[in-house]
Amino acid sequence: MSGIFQFLSAHFHILHITFWPLLVGGIANGFIYSLIAIGYTMVYGVLRLINFAHSEIFMAGGFASYFLLHALIGHSTPSTGGSILFMALGMLSGGLCGMLVAVILERVAYRPLRRRNAPKLAYLISAIGASYFMFNLAGKEFGRYNLSMAQPFVNHSLFTIFGAPVQMYYIVIVAISAAMLFLLDRIVATTKLGRGIRAVAQDAETASLMGVNIDQTIVVTFMLGGFFGGLAGFLFGMSSGVVYTMGFTPALKAFTAAVLGGIGNVRGAMIGGLLLGIVESFSIAFVNGAFIDVVAFAILVLVLLVRPTGILGEQLGRSA
Amino acid sequence: MRSPVAATQIRRFLALLALMAVVELITGPPGSAEEPTIGITRSFSEPTSFFGLFVTPRFVLFFAFTVIIYLVASLWRSQSTSIVAIWNTTTAQPRAFTQRRAVRLSTRGGLLVIAIVLPLIVTDPFWQSSLVEQIAVYILLALGLNVVTGFAGLLDLGYVAFYAIGAYATAWVTGALPLAPPFGIHMDPFFAIPIAIVLAMVAGVILGAPTLRLRGDYLAIVTLGFGEIIALFANNLNTITGGATGTNEIPHFTFHVGPVNYRWGLGPVPYYYLALGFVVIFIVAFSLLEHSRVGRAWTAIREDEVAAESVGINPLKYKVMAFAIGAASAGFAGVMTAAQTNFVSPATFTLVFSINILVLVIFGGMGSIAGVILGAVLVQTFQMFIIHTPPAGFQPQDLYIYLGAILVAMMIFRPAGLLPSRRRRRELTMAEVGKSTAGEILIGEQS
Amino acid sequence: MSIDKIFDVDRVTLRFGGVVSLNDVTLHQQRGEILAIIGPNGAGKTSLFNSLTGVYQPQEGSVTFCAQPGESFDVIGKKAHRVAKAGVARTFQASRMFSALTTFENIKIGAESHRGIGAVGAMLRGPGTRRDERKSDGKTIELLRFVGLEGQANTISSSLSYGDRRRLEIARALATEPQVLLLDEPAAGTNPSEKLALADLIRKVRDVMGVSILLIEHDMKLVMSLAERLYVLNFGSVIAEGTPDEIRANEAVISAYLGTTAEDA
Ligand SMILES: Nc1ncnc2c1ncn2[C@@H]1O[C@H](COP(=O)(O)OP(=O)(O)OP(=O)(O)O)[C@@H](O)[C@H]1O
Ligand SMILES: [Mg+2]
Repeated sequence: MSGIFQFLSAHFHILHITFWPLLVGGIANGFIYSLIAIGYTMVYGVLRLINFAHSEIFMAGGFASYFLLHALIGHSTPSTGGSILFMALGMLSGGLCGMLVAVILERVAYRPLRRRNAPKLAYLISAIGASYFMFNLAGKEFGRYNLSMAQPFVNHSLFTIFGAPVQMYYIVIVAISAAMLFLLDRIVATTKLGRGIRAVAQDAETASLMGVNIDQTIVVTFMLGGFFGGLAGFLFGMSSGVVYTMGFTPALKAFTAAVLGGIGNVRGAMIGGLLLGIVESFSIAFVNGAFIDVVAFAILVLVLLVRPTGILGEQLGRSA
Repeated sequence: MRSPVAATQIRRFLALLALMAVVELITGPPGSAEEPTIGITRSFSEPTSFFGLFVTPRFVLFFAFTVIIYLVASLWRSQSTSIVAIWNTTTAQPRAFTQRRAVRLSTRGGLLVIAIVLPLIVTDPFWQSSLVEQIAVYILLALGLNVVTGFAGLLDLGYVAFYAIGAYATAWVTGALPLAPPFGIHMDPFFAIPIAIVLAMVAGVILGAPTLRLRGDYLAIVTLGFGEIIALFANNLNTITGGATGTNEIPHFTFHVGPVNYRWGLGPVPYYYLALGFVVIFIVAFSLLEHSRVGRAWTAIREDEVAAESVGINPLKYKVMAFAIGAASAGFAGVMTAAQTNFVSPATFTLVFSINILVLVIFGGMGSIAGVILGAVLVQTFQMFIIHTPPAGFQPQDLYIYLGAILVAMMIFRPAGLLPSRRRRRELTMAEVGKSTAGEILIGEQS
Repeated sequence: MSIDKIFDVDRVTLRFGGVVSLNDVTLHQQRGEILAIIGPNGAGKTSLFNSLTGVYQPQEGSVTFCAQPGESFDVIGKKAHRVAKAGVARTFQASRMFSALTTFENIKIGAESHRGIGAVGAMLRGPGTRRDERKSDGKTIELLRFVGLEGQANTISSSLSYGDRRRLEIARALATEPQVLLLDEPAAGTNPSEKLALADLIRKVRDVMGVSILLIEHDMKLVMSLAERLYVLNFGSVIAEGTPDEIRANEAVISAYLGTTAEDA
């Protein structure tokens, strides 16, 4: 009994002294998960399937921005104006490359199956094949080692919260992600494009009868999801570097985040990502580092078993 | 103004060009972060000499291939109906002949005889051990995954976990792990067979019972995570599994009954016959299963779960059963490998492995026992061939690119596989002729 | 006098988010009765069937199924396959067959579904398994004859005509040896002569097999000639109950639903 108490108090002690740093790191990670989760949840909305190859969109975005920044910055240290420009270019290259890969993916791995009205299993297999193909191809072409990205700005601690230093990097991630997520939320909620996506997600058949172009809506959905995924690849790559397998773990966690928030639900993906980032960050205090990835997985299984509709709920289809 | 026909042709040509560029890339020399496009621009070590006449970069060659293939394909398109008609009439009789029961049975007998004499023909030690480690064992695994994915229509991406459980159970029972064997007795690997099978099945039920009620795509992710976690535990629980290095002290199979004493391990051939025997047993058992009430129930669930429930079939029960049976054969394959190689380590038990088995099943034909065996033989032979005689600049991981490409290509062009099962072919072609309103396409309520 | 009810539905309410599909529905079916549910599109008829078969779980009320007089089985909270095993069989509005299987196999799946699982038996293929197979085969052939599909036994079910698909679904449902058969718009998409044959078949199911029939049907002529009693649903509520003649004369029904069709029926 007292053993357990000692165990807990020791861990809570760690938690106590590292609470703020863990929170800050968790939020930053959480935003990256949110950005990736958007892609899962939007594609799920219109296609009713999990885009297993989304991890490779993330990876592609990371590499695109790596190559661009490497060419532009090299080993120099950019000025303030340069930092802003390079950040913008990094975001753009990551996002656009993610978009491109997403469109190709839809074209090659999904659309032929959609034309044939294939069973769901076929989509899953095709997507897994595509993912496997892409990251291994990246490994072959770009080498199978981690590449650190040329830094658009010098990372240093900006200020402290309750004594915990907050790094520039975190601020950048949070600011960019929050702005982009807000933008997306507005696009989905107010534009014609967003209405089309929502209509298809609600009831594809009726939407097509009402004149929504399904094919086009699906492509646009992939593009939006791809942009956010690629952008996340850039933000992630800035601190962790890029490598051909970089998509696997973050994407699995982002998927968890999408399910946690309620798959098919855009705001759910944002909330789920943040929540997962924070919970995972704090679990470092309790779980052996080797098993840290198990935490997200355990959350995934738990959510799927206990509340498969997630926090904000998904839209359920008819069954009979 | 381009005519629509010309536009289609240009599109086709560009698509082919893109495809050939990808082929060039994946067959080319490896790139690096500094020179990522080597696969397109360079040849392996030196410029390619074209018929010894002049030097061409690879992309010129590939462009030429593209043009040739395009021309041949156009020709084929314009002539295909007549060629297919001729083919159909000329092969009608032979095909009818192969459909006869007696012929089918004697084909099987013939194949078995070939399998039996194979080690006499294949005498190269590399290929002899490949026959056991890379083909026979993989056939067992493919047969098992075929029950899960082919028969029951469930995508299991963590199939390797059951194989790992089988292998570690063997190591445990024979006393090769840091964890003491049961009752402190170091047993023969033969005794590991029932134990491994039971443990794998129990793991299958424990994983399956809660998760198999999930939708197909969730199941795929959960099983994927499960596979990774088993590997993680194998890697990190040093005092139980031996950690990252695993163990290499697993003994060979031995046989002592009365005066007969036999020990496997003198070369791969005895193992080959042992594996062959088990492969035959599994084939027979799974064929009976396919054509039993259980097999029909799986088909029913796969095609329409709601309808299946309406006639009193409990989908969860049958899915768990498919999982357990698939797990059992993976567990068994684990015993074979562990005993033959004397060795287990977590490095084997990765997602790569699960995907590899999935490729065998998809390539050969989901739900078709003959298909998955053919798939296993072809894909594994291909892989071993490349590993045995690699082209310059080839890295073993490059094989994974091909595996991924096979999955996508099969789903696009031949979803029922090389040797489709009759039921699966009907299912997958039915969707094509069936009416396809937008809603059905999108929702595709099949799984 | 206590009547022998096979189905007793008491104050059932079913909601989907804000949509109320069934609103305080109370109804019953007598053993051996051919009972019909009618109502305009979206009235909640299919939702009622789904609630009676365990596919949907209503939030309020109770559904009691009595396979035999004196027995009772609570449907709500049970899984669909358990309800099916208890003796409730059904067909679907959009027919749902196992389309890659033959007619014979489709029915056989129904016939053998209530047996135990027996994977080990199947793999060993012992005498018990073989005996079971023969029994199911026999029953399948009997049902093929009963519904008039004996000529189509080896046809792939997806290539059957609409009318034959309906028959197949009925045969598959009957193969489970039910006490009651729920038919969701069995005549939809069939031609007039197929309709007549279907009506005969439905009557035969009741008269020969003694299976009670619960029927949803839009074709008024068919329903009025078949049903002994009807309930009318509108917006999820029961608005009328009675014999065909009573329903034809019911003002509320006429205004809510039947309109001109009442006259030609
Ligand atoms: N799974 C579901 N999710 C959401 N709403 C549903 C679901 N099932 C039924 N509904 C709603 O319940 C109401 C009744 O539908 P139901 O299918 O029961 O009508 P019906 O009487 O069978 O109509 P029809 O004659 O067209 O078959 C409809 O408003 C429908 O949208
Ligand atoms: Mg209906």
